[in-house]
Amino acid sequence: MGSNAKVASRAVPDELSELLIAVAVHRDRKAFIRLFEHFGPRVKSYLKRLGVNDSEADDLMQEVMLTVWRRAEQFDHRKARASTWIFTITRNKRIDAIRKERRPELDPNDPALVPDRDDDPSEAVSANEWRAAIRKAIDEVPEEQARLLRMSFFEDKTHDVIAKELDLPLGTVKSRIRLAVAKLRRSLEDLR
Amino acid sequence: MPHHHPSEEMLLGYAAGSTSEPLSLLIATHLALCPECRRKVAAYEALGGKELEVEAPAMLSSDSLVSVLDRLDTAEEPAMAPPRPSAEGDLRLPRPLRDYVAGSLDSLDWHQRGGIAEASLLTERSDFKTRLMRIRPKTAIPEHSHHGSEYTLVLTGGFSDHTGHFLRGDVAIADPAVQHRPIADAGEDCVCLAVTDAPLRFTGTIARLLSPLLQR
Ligand SMILES: [Zn+2]
Repeated sequence: MGSNAKVASRAVPDELSELLIAVAVHRDRKAFIRLFEHFGPRVKSYLKRLGVNDSEADDLMQEVMLTVWRRAEQFDHRKARASTWIFTITRNKRIDAIRKERRPELDPNDPALVPDRDDDPSEAVSANEWRAAIRKAIDEVPEEQARLLRMSFFEDKTHDVIAKELDLPLGTVKSRIRLAVAKLRRSLEDLR
Repeated sequence: MPHHHPSEEMLLGYAAGSTSEPLSLLIATHLALCPECRRKVAAYEALGGKELEVEAPAMLSSDSLVSVLDRLDTAEEPAMAPPRPSAEGDLRLPRPLRDYVAGSLDSLDWHQRGGIAEASLLTERSDFKTRLMRIRPKTAIPEHSHHGSEYTLVLTGGFSDHTGHFLRGDVAIADPAVQHRPIADAGEDCVCLAVTDAPLRFTGTIARLLSPLLQR
């Protein structure tokens, strides 16, 4: 937490992030149970939507929540919301357990990493603003397009499958996904 | 800062967890060199976070919570990242690529042909061909087209083809229809990571004769 009052007030963690911080700092079991009750059923539901069967999804969700407990101190509320951080854990567990692949990730402490000017802690305000702006950009994607993005990228569905499920011509699905991606990219580029 | 980036679809797929390991390796290594794409991936991960938030809660099995609470203080998390110190090895190869080559290019099994040396990675996969290439200055890579797309990340030196000039951190994407003939820059060796999602097809006359050899 920055000692600069302005930084601290701008970077107020949301309620779920506070629970995560309580787990990280105080090993607070009550806070963990509340996180479990909120995220456990959602993580499981997400995994099931990706085709993981019920009992496997339950086991995997438990692994996700154990990782949340063990790695809570790696959570940085200035960089991501609690739900985003838990999403990345869920994603990686699924790749590991279901796809049986490694997940190549960069190492933020790698001396070979080209730093971002905003990785500088004295610029925490702007990192926080960036996060809020991301949120806004995402909320601005029209629901119809957001749905296609979800199906295509987060549910691993091919364009063919999406076309069948939504009863749309394949060409329409392709052009709408292209449109949605372009809109998201433009909103993100406007943030710079 | 790189000028040629992975496509938006690749970054979204990487954030969502739907890109394959070879392509994820190339994207993650680019991310180490590209703050701009790191920000985009962070944004796309936030999209995933939103997915979780709006997810309708599923019914858990009755003993899930107890089972997790019982294990909170027992088993330790197996380390996901290798325990190797982050500063060790050849820093021209950012992580995660550095971990895939055990820290250095010398650990690989290189095959030299003319001015081009190649070493295969992730050889257990038949759907992708993943290679490191070391190309001597001013060497032309035989003219070729592909059945699938070809993705090339530059790590040292550079090369040019008809689509542009590629330097450290840049990603060149060649689509199946395009024949191209990259030439390495003068100066130092050009080392790059190349991922092809189907075997290469060489198109020049001599290359066609060599093709069976080049594909091993
Ligand atoms: Zn980039």
